[in-house]
Amino acid sequence: MVTILETAFNPWQAIQQHQENMQRDGEYGACASFIGTMRDMNEGDQVSTMELEHYPGMTEKHLEKIIDSADQQWQLLDSLVVHRVGKLFPNDPIVLVAVWSAHRKDAFEACRFIMEDLKSKAPFWKKEALISNNDQPQKNRWVSKNTSGY
Amino acid sequence: MPQPNNENNMSIKVLYFASLKELFGCSEQQINSDNVRTVSDVWQEVSAAYDVPQQVLNSVNQEYAELDTVVKAGDEVAFFPPVTGG
Repeated sequence: MVTILETAFNPWQAIQQHQENMQRDGEYGACASFIGTMRDMNEGDQVSTMELEHYPGMTEKHLEKIIDSADQQWQLLDSLVVHRVGKLFPNDPIVLVAVWSAHRKDAFEACRFIMEDLKSKAPFWKKEALISNNDQPQKNRWVSKNTSGY
Repeated sequence: MPQPNNENNMSIKVLYFASLKELFGCSEQQINSDNVRTVSDVWQEVSAAYDVPQQVLNSVNQEYAELDTVVKAGDEVAFFPPVTGG
């Protein structure tokens, strides 16, 4: 399941709610999750807020494709991806990936695969507002690139 | 039943995101599909007047595509910088 949200969310509640709703109690022996959170610092500058833009339509399609690809490589019971767009503040959750499986190997590996593919291919873009530093005025800048997490 | 001949007034929808949207000053435009065969042709037409930076990615109908991907009237083509989600 893929959800794009314009407002803040609680990833822990989202995991719990999804787990209750999927009705696979007794089948899953593992749930691996990743939560990405906004920092107040990037490349040596203090960041006050961030705007997250996406390509509506393509984003959802691409994330569904990533989940399908994970389903083909590992034995999964269910997967959940939640991603924020719009204005974010430090400490706001940005992304949640949660994967349920019978065993931890599939859950761990699929969760990481989905997250890395999302970082490198899903059409989202971040623009940071930097806190003004001494005599330098406040400025906005696009985050230029994601680095590989492998 | 004869098909309407829309060939001459059909267009391609072109979308821009993030820094490219700011550079071009718009998020969407329609271009005439005459004389346009590939994504590269679309890019030449829309970016000719600009000093375009770095790496630009593209998609056709919301799937990643290449510069030599063939496009046709009614397609949705998008150009954007490297993605930075997550």
